[in-house]
Parts: sequence; C-alpha cells; structure tokens
Amino acid sequence: MTLMQSFSELMHQRQQRETVNRSRPVETEVTKLDVRNLNFFYGDKQALFDVSMRVAERSVTAFIGPSGCGKSTFLRTLNRMNDIIEGTGHNGRVLLEGQDIYARDVDVVALRKRVGMVFQKSTPFPKSIFENVAYGPRVAGQNQYKALVEIVEQSLKRAALWDEVKDRMNDSALALSGGQQQRLCIARALATNPDVLLMDEPASALDPASTARIEDLIFELKQNYTIVIVTHNMQQAARISDRTAFFFQGYLIEVDATQKLFTTPTKKQTEDYITGRFG
Amino acid sequence: MSVAQATSPLSIKRPSSLTRRVSWTRAREQIIRAVLFLCGALSLLTTAGIIIVLFTEAIYSFGGTAFFQSVSITDFLFDTVWAPQHPDHPRFGILPLLCGTFVIAGLGGLIGLPIGLASAIYLSEYAKPKMRRIVKPVLEILAGIPTVVYGYFALVFVTPYVLRPIFQTWLGFNVDIFNALSAGIVVGVMIIPTVCSLSEDALRAVPRGLREAGYALGSTKFDVSLKVVVPAALSGILASFLLAMARAIGETMAVTIAAGQQPRLTLNPFRGMETMTAYIVNISLGDTEAGSMEYKSLYAVALSLFVITLLMNVLAQWVLKRFREVYE
Amino acid sequence: MSVTGRLREPALAKRHRIGKLFEWLCCGSTWFGVVVLLLLLLSVGWKAMTWPTADADAADRAAAMKTDAPSSAAATSARPLSTRFLTSYDSRIPQKAGIKAALWGSLWLLVFVGLATVPIGVGAAIYLEEYSNEGRWKRIIQVNLSNLAGVPSIVYGILGLTVFVRMFGLFGHDGKVLDLNLGFTVLAVPLPFERSVISGALTLSLLVLPTVIVAAQEALRAVPSSIRTASYALGATQWQTIRHQVLPAAMPGIMTGVILSLSRAMGETAPLIMIGALTYLARCPGHIDSVSSVWEHPTGLLEAPFDVFTSLPIQIFNWVSRAQPEYDHLAAAGIIVLLVVLMCMNTAAILIRNRFQRRTLW
Ligand SMILES: Nc1ncnc2c1ncn2[C@@H]1O[C@H](COP(=O)(O)OP(=O)(O)OP(=O)(O)O)[C@@H](O)[C@H]1O
Ligand SMILES: [Mg+2]
Repeated sequence: MTLMQSFSELMHQRQQRETVNRSRPVETEVTKLDVRNLNFFYGDKQALFDVSMRVAERSVTAFIGPSGCGKSTFLRTLNRMNDIIEGTGHNGRVLLEGQDIYARDVDVVALRKRVGMVFQKSTPFPKSIFENVAYGPRVAGQNQYKALVEIVEQSLKRAALWDEVKDRMNDSALALSGGQQQRLCIARALATNPDVLLMDEPASALDPASTARIEDLIFELKQNYTIVIVTHNMQQAARISDRTAFFFQGYLIEVDATQKLFTTPTKKQTEDYITGRFG
Repeated sequence: MSVAQATSPLSIKRPSSLTRRVSWTRAREQIIRAVLFLCGALSLLTTAGIIIVLFTEAIYSFGGTAFFQSVSITDFLFDTVWAPQHPDHPRFGILPLLCGTFVIAGLGGLIGLPIGLASAIYLSEYAKPKMRRIVKPVLEILAGIPTVVYGYFALVFVTPYVLRPIFQTWLGFNVDIFNALSAGIVVGVMIIPTVCSLSEDALRAVPRGLREAGYALGSTKFDVSLKVVVPAALSGILASFLLAMARAIGETMAVTIAAGQQPRLTLNPFRGMETMTAYIVNISLGDTEAGSMEYKSLYAVALSLFVITLLMNVLAQWVLKRFREVYE
Repeated sequence: MSVTGRLREPALAKRHRIGKLFEWLCCGSTWFGVVVLLLLLLSVGWKAMTWPTADADAADRAAAMKTDAPSSAAATSARPLSTRFLTSYDSRIPQKAGIKAALWGSLWLLVFVGLATVPIGVGAAIYLEEYSNEGRWKRIIQVNLSNLAGVPSIVYGILGLTVFVRMFGLFGHDGKVLDLNLGFTVLAVPLPFERSVISGALTLSLLVLPTVIVAAQEALRAVPSSIRTASYALGATQWQTIRHQVLPAAMPGIMTGVILSLSRAMGETAPLIMIGALTYLARCPGHIDSVSSVWEHPTGLLEAPFDVFTSLPIQIFNWVSRAQPEYDHLAAAGIIVLLVVLMCMNTAAILIRNRFQRRTLW
C-alpha cells in the first residue's frame, strides 16, 4: 500500500466519524482569521515570506512542514506571542473577524484572551490544579469563588480531564502525568473562553494513548472553537484537520482541504514531503 | 458567532473588540512600570550622589572652598608628608597613605592571590565532590565574617602569637604591636574566597574538550591544569585578581585596627602604617569640625580611593567581557 | 627495551613527582582557609571565655574602686561571655559591660535595612529582568550596579554622612525639628537625620542594594520563561504575570539573596563609624530594651528610628580600640554574639535555598 493510499484510507475513516459527529452544515463557512501578505523577521533574518491564508470559523487547520520552516513562528503571529521576543518585526496584515490584530490601538491582552494557545511542552504553573485553570479568569477580573469553581469544572470537563482530577483539585499540577498536564493546559486555555485555539505540537511529547485522547478532544472542541494546530505527524493532520497548510522554508507552499492536499497535492514540494522524500 | 455564544456555558465575558480602552488595569500597568523604573534608577542616583559629594567637597565647591582649591594637586600627589593636624604648616602629601595602602594590599595579594588560585585549581581539577562539599561552605563562611573580626584576629592573635615569636624572638626584627604585616595577612585571608570562587568559575568554564585534548597528547594532570586550563581561563583569573585587589585596597576595619594610625612612608612591614581608609576612619572618630581643612582632606582621600578602586573594577569588567567573547 | 619499560621513563616519573607536589600544594592552600577559620574561632572563643590572668589584680582593683563594689562583685561574672553580658549596657568597668544596646541597635538596623532594600531591590531587579528590553537603560544600570558593588564601604559612609547625617548642611548649623502630628502623638523628626538609626539604615541600604538587586535578578532569571509565555497566552498582563507567576516562583531565591545581603549589612562597621555611630551609649533606641517595654511606651517604636544607636560591630570596634586588656576579652565575647547572629541568618538562608531546590520540579 502506498502512502497516498494509506492517506485515502484515513480520510475515509474520518468521513465516517464526521458524519456521526457533525452538528452543523459545512457550507456556512465564516472566515475567522485572514492573513494577508505576512512577512516576519527575527532581527535581520526573515522567517516568513509573504504568507496569505484564511482560517474558517469552527474548523481545524493543521500546519505541516519540515523542522524550522516557520510553522511555530506563523502560529505565534496569530496571537502576537512573538511580541515577547525582542527584535522581531513584521509587515502584512492579520485580521481576526475583520479587525487587524497588529493595528496600533489593539490591546494584546484582549487579543490573547480571544486567541488562546497551547504549547508543545506542557507548562503547568507550579501551583494547584485548581489555581492553574482559575488563573486565566482571575487575571481577567473574575474574583468570585463560586463562579471560578464553575468555570474550572466546565473547562476540565471540556478538556476531558475532570474525572481524573476532580478529587485532587488542590494537588500540585506538577504531579500530573505528561498527558494529563497537557490536557490541563488545554483546560486552562479554554477557561479564558477564547474563540480561537492555537496548538503547537500539543501531542508530540505524549504516548499514543494520550495522543489519541488529545485528538478526540480536538475533534470535540471543533464544534465551538476555531482550532489551528501545528503537527509533525502527518497521520495526525489527516485524522483531525479540515484543512492543511504546508510550509517550506518560510513559504506557505500550499493550503487546501486536508483530503485534497494529502491525496492530490498540486505542488511538487508538497508531494515530496508527504511521501517522505525529504523532511 | 451567536452559535458559539449560545453553546458556550462559561460565564466569563469575551471581549468583543480588541481595541484598547482606558482602564484601571492599563493605567496600573504603566504606573507600576514607572515605579519599578525608579527603583532601578536609584542605583544611578547613588552613583551620582557619590560623585557629586566627592567632587563638591574635594575638587570644586560652589560657594565654599573645596580641598583642591586650597591645596595644589602636585603637593597632594608628590609631597611625602601627611600631617593635616600640624597647627602651623599642615601638609597634605598623600604618598604615605598610598604607601600604607599598597604595602598592605600588596602583602595581602602575595598571600591571598596564590592561595586563592591554588584552591580554585584544586577545587575545579582535583577535588572529589565530597571535599568540595566541605570546603566550599567554609570559604563562604570565611567570606561572611565581618572585617572587624579579622582586624581583631590580626591584633590579638596574629601579631602576638605568630609574628612576634617568629620575627622578633627568633629573627630579631622589631615588630610593632600595630604593623602592616598582620594587616596584610588578614587582608590576604579575606580575599581568598573572592579569588577562589571567581577563578573556579573561570576554570570550570573551560570546555572539557580542551582538557581531553591535553590528556590525549600525553600530558599529566599537572600539565593539563597548569598549561592548558589555567591559560584558557586566564582572563577570568585576572579579573578575579583585580577585583580582589580592589577589595584589599578598599578594606577598612581590619587595617584600621591592625596597622595603626601612623602615616609612614616605609616599606618595612613590621612598622605601623596608615592606609587611606584608616585615615578616613580616624578623622571621623575625632571631633574634627566640619568645614576645616582636615575635614575636607577626608573627601580628597576618599576621592583618590574611589578613583583607584573604580579603575580596577572597570579594568576587571573589561577583562571579563573579553573573556566572555571567547566562550560564547 | 620492553613496552612496560618504555612506559616508565625516568623523565616521566619526575613529571609525575612534580605533579604530585603541585597537587599537595593546591590541597594545602585549600585547607589553609579552613585552618585559619578554625584558628580564628578558637582564639576568639578562648578570649571570650577567660579574663586576662596577668591583670586579674588590676581588674579587681578597678572594680573595688567603685563605691558600690560589694554589690558589683556579685554582678561580675567569671567569663566575659555570659547571660549578664547580653543583658547589660556598656560600662567603664569591663566586668560589668554588656552588649544590650548594640543588640537592639543591630535589630533596628536590620529591620529598616530590610524594609528599604527588599521592595527597592526586588523592584529594580524586576525592572531590569522583566521590563527593560535589553536596551540602553538596562546596560547602563547593569554596568553601574557592578561598579557600585566594588565601591569600598567607607565611601558609602561618606555619602551617608553628607546626605543623611548632614543633608548637605541645608538645615543650618543646628538643624531643624519637624514635628509630625500623628493624632495620638507628636513625632519629632530631626532634620538632618544626624547620627540616628535611620541614617545608619539608609546608608547600609545603599551599600547592600547592588547585591540585593543582583541576587534578585538571578532568582528571576532562574524562573523558566515558559511560565511567562504560558501566562501571557492566557491573556494576563505583564504585571499580572510577574505578580502571580514569576515572583512566587522566584521568592525563595530572592529571600536567600536578601538574607545573605542583610547579614553582610549586619557586619558592616566602617560606614557606621563614618556617620558617627561610635559613641559611648548606655541605652537602646527609643528606650525600648525589652519586649515588655514596647507595651509600656509604644511611642518608643516611632522614636527609635530617630534616636542615636550603636550596633554589634561598632561596639566590638569600640572595645578593641580601648587600651585595657579586659576589653579585648569583651570584644571577643561581642564577636561570638555577632557571629552567632550571622550564623543564624545564614542558616536561615541555606534552609530556604535547600527547600526551594527540593521543590523545583520543572
Ligand atoms: N527566537 C528566535 N530568534 C531567532 N530566530 C528564530 C527564533 N525562533 C525561531 N527562529 C528561526 O525561525 C525559523 C522558523 O522557526 P520555527 O520555530 O517557526 O520553526 P518550526 O517550523 O516551528 O520548526 P519545528 O517543527 O522544529 O518546531 C527557524 O529558522 C528558526 O531558526
Ligand atoms: Mg515549532
């Protein structure tokens, strides 16, 4: 069985799952994120070249590409996490529901409340599980304990972690397993009630079982959130994403419906990459 | 949009607009930032304060007369007598004080620098982890002992029980009860921790590969330590020496207690001497009137001390910076 | 010649001997510090436990000269270091002298130096590590800090003398008194501060601030940046991130650095001598000489900062510079007290550090 065929196989499995799961028609696609001619620089070094793409609301978009091609960089431009790094610069526009997030009068804090992020390495704060999840609402000004308890419970449930931790909310988050920590980070991001969720290789440090749980979770979350995910695992991209974007050396080579990109890519580089000829 | 809102059970409000608004949170961020900046800038103010105080009292006073407005710089630097209290002809030649300072710091360096470096080499190249665990805390304790205690140790123990038996009873020198050597010895002990810890850092920063290359060429541990590692860490070691010597020169209590209060232009370590720092202490112990020449001379001496130690510190940092460029 | 023979060249053997010698030299140097420390502690301890033997008669005579000789004989103790030593004031009779005023003075200094340096030092460190964007300000302040750390302490004394004790002579020859009406009492604040606790504490604060800042910076730098990133990604502002995530994580490290710096301030003598703290003093700042006296006149707490003071190292220097040999022994007793205080502070710092190291899981 060739690789292409194996992808078709995956696609097929997915469609079956999707028909069970789908709660809304495909046609009502609304553009959530709209990136236009984005160039990005680390100092003098250009990391992204003229990237343009749209991300539909309540869909999963996967970024694939060889290491160092700029996937994380691009992801981080979407909630301005790159602002923290010194000496970075960009030109071009990134629109969130039509608003330029790089406009002068944009408050990055407000932006990041709407565009949440989960990192490759899980980064629980060295505090209790409860405090970890409650942190986002707290800094947003929610101080009522009852409301916080509610939010924490909801978020943990959505992240499929509630059952495992409901009896030990005051234990240190660092005592959780790697997979649980990562789901905690997802719960933590959900607690601020974002509408876009950026995930940078969220499952790359996890065992297959935990990975499967996270993938299921992403599939669930898609109903309410717009999800952008970076992954090195092409099977994973094929399993969970609606659209896939292939990056190469800072260029967005191709972006298309996942099924199409994996079965009939239009660019030679894409084909080479997904058939494993390089990368 | 409405679907998302409806299905979202979470009760925290989602900001609909990204635009900045005037809010307490935003204002607070700015205020805090400004306050923190002021905290950081306070250190600049301290430096400015030191320079202004020394300058206005020693070099040029607005309204009054500063020290150097009545004593010429050449007299200050080249006259060989320091006698500010002389009723008719006070003389302000800093050479005796400089001599005292450098003889004692030099003696301290002769003792402290080699011992400190040797312990650094031992700790980084030879010592077993267990030995390090014992010796490092002891060195930290040594560094934490107040200098007045070292002064006491020099006066009450080193001179009567070490120096006098050896140099007076045995070798026939005349050892004053206040003498430069006892002060030099304790100053040397005092700078050992500085030299040792900074040099050890430098030695440990030498890449392992360099050592292995040395062994591969058939060198003994001795050869590798002394001919490969030490040269490679030379700038760090040099910086530690400079910082330690600056500390020895600025050292006050031990030399005030142990070396006495006689400004004397001599190289004989068995005599009492007065350092710049000891002179400053002695002036402030007496009831010198503010505004008198004697009082102002305090600022002139402090200015000299400040300039000397500052130069050594700057030099040390310059050396260290070059060192960093090599390894990163 | 056999292979083993060639591996035992005489020249090589000599090199090994030199190497061994060198190792022993280095080892000796390393133990030198340990030996000196032991000698120091032993000689101080011995002095603190005995009165001078040769001059015992002279001391007796000195004690007998006093009119209340019979009662004072009971008050004198067999050793310089005793509980009496901790609870009595300095005296012209060595056998009756104690270190009480100095202990309270040091305590006041400790409190005020801590109050001044912790917020300012941590604030400056936060500015340098979290806010300043590696820009020019940061470089200037950083270079300035390392230069300040190398300025001899006596120069800080001169700064304190001019700025706090005399306030540039701005308030005339005799100074002024600022009466602050606090409702329940009127607090008299002398301007300039003169030789008060507050002058000493501010001078020492300037002296140790660079070390506090550098220590706090190191503690902040040790907090992994992933924590900051994660917090920002949740929509926290910079201050919220620092306040809720970075500072709590860095706290143990900061505390260790602060305590070590404070213990350094406790041992400083020269700057305090410069501001004129070396006087004969037989009372405590604000007349507070026990916890119960705080109840009797609580306003003493407010008066203490503007009262004259002495401190442990100052008292030791005072005794060292007196001529009678008895005072050498008193100084030794004072040194023991000072070293015990410093040892307690350092132990606290080490305990905090160890706990912190065990707890770090990231
Ligand atoms: N902080 C930084 N400073 C300078 N250059 C950076 C920085 N971060 C990333 N880069 C560079 O930008 C380019 C893109 O990096 P990026 O992290 O986006 O790659 P990636 O596609 O996420 O790779 P990976 O799959 O390994 O995570 C790389 O060449 C990298 O070296
Ligand atoms: Mg990446």
